[in-house]
Amino acid sequence: MTAVIETNDLGKQYGRKWALRDCTLSIPEGKVVGLVGPNGAGKTTLLSLAVGLLTPTCGSITVLAGRPGDGPAQLEKVGFVAQDTPAYAGLSVGKHLLMGGYLNANWDQELAERRIDQLGLDLRQKAGSLSGGQRAQLALTMAIAKQPELLLLDEPVASLDPLARREFLQGLMEIVASHGVSVVLSSHLIADLERVCDFLVLLVASQVKLAGEITALLATHHRLSGPRRDPRSLPSSQEVIEESHTDKQSTFLVRTDQPILDPAWTVRPVTLDELVLAYMGQARNPSPGRRSALGVVS
Amino acid sequence: MIEFQLDTASGIATYLQLVQQVRQALQLGILEPGDQLPTAQQVVAKLAINPNTVLKAYRDLEREGLVRPRPGQGTFIVGTLPRSDPAVQERFLASMTAWLRKAHTAGLGPDDIEAIYRTAVRNSFAEGAA
Repeated sequence: MTAVIETNDLGKQYGRKWALRDCTLSIPEGKVVGLVGPNGAGKTTLLSLAVGLLTPTCGSITVLAGRPGDGPAQLEKVGFVAQDTPAYAGLSVGKHLLMGGYLNANWDQELAERRIDQLGLDLRQKAGSLSGGQRAQLALTMAIAKQPELLLLDEPVASLDPLARREFLQGLMEIVASHGVSVVLSSHLIADLERVCDFLVLLVASQVKLAGEITALLATHHRLSGPRRDPRSLPSSQEVIEESHTDKQSTFLVRTDQPILDPAWTVRPVTLDELVLAYMGQARNPSPGRRSALGVVS
Repeated sequence: MIEFQLDTASGIATYLQLVQQVRQALQLGILEPGDQLPTAQQVVAKLAINPNTVLKAYRDLEREGLVRPRPGQGTFIVGTLPRSDPAVQERFLASMTAWLRKAHTAGLGPDDIEAIYRTAVRNSFAEGAA
């Protein structure tokens, strides 16, 4: 399968601080990718590098087989909605579409007008007077009417109320179904991502902690609980991501491709939420699971 | 046409929920051969889920011989599911009741029984999936 975004040791440095480093990723075509991570983890930096708004300090990034921002042909292929779904407050909805038509060679005016009509927006209304949800929908309409192959969305639903968020994601999924566009969207709302995404990239402290198909990630992580146990006694095929102990009981979140055979364990599947939190927590307390961890945690 | 619902708290994979709802509708006679399923686009526009999830569910149903895609038209019901025989249901209810009585006599409480039931279901699902 071809990759829509491919990075190799990609890094971006501001002064002495790395916003993103050692980033090696391959995102396959046709996916809806959820980009998650704490604030300041490098999500916006990665998206801006993919659009071409930033240039890498080191390493390389290839987007749809081209260099980000490299000429009109490359820009045509990528749609981008920046954080807070910006629009020009003084321009009407109709003027936004007009501008889109002037600036984009493959602009589909009919698609844009149809979406605006479905959303119940007035072409004469100024963007500044739209609600947050309407502005987000306008930004999405602009990004999709240019008919990109890849759509990058930086926290598009962060500031929306639950209804507007659902409507935005419904619209986005409809576009994915009808246009087959690949999508990368960053968000903190794991429950939303679980519905709409099939691929996850987790950034923590400027580095990629986890990347892969969500079904595969969920199938290879398990929650084990049972009698108190030293993590060193677990089989080497089980990587401990998270552990907690009481005086009698141990609970582990492990990653393994192998079946869990030990009858002492009660095995539970993990949710995407648990998985993301476990990896974020692991980054915060970098006590590797293999080390003696018999200090009682809770 | 049926309308899919999603129970996000169930812990059941989304595509499986869609599969189960079609199977259920067949068992209840709500869906019959010739009926059309909503298109992937209609489903995602309502539920805000990934289109691949819908396609995966429809592929599973196709593999079971329950639906068939008609190019350019949509996905249609072609198979039927036997409605479960009331006599069979009666028989299993009786054996379940006998089992529960034995468990109770052996000193197992409702929580123990619930745990046993869940483990048994999980184990038999795991076998089925393997």
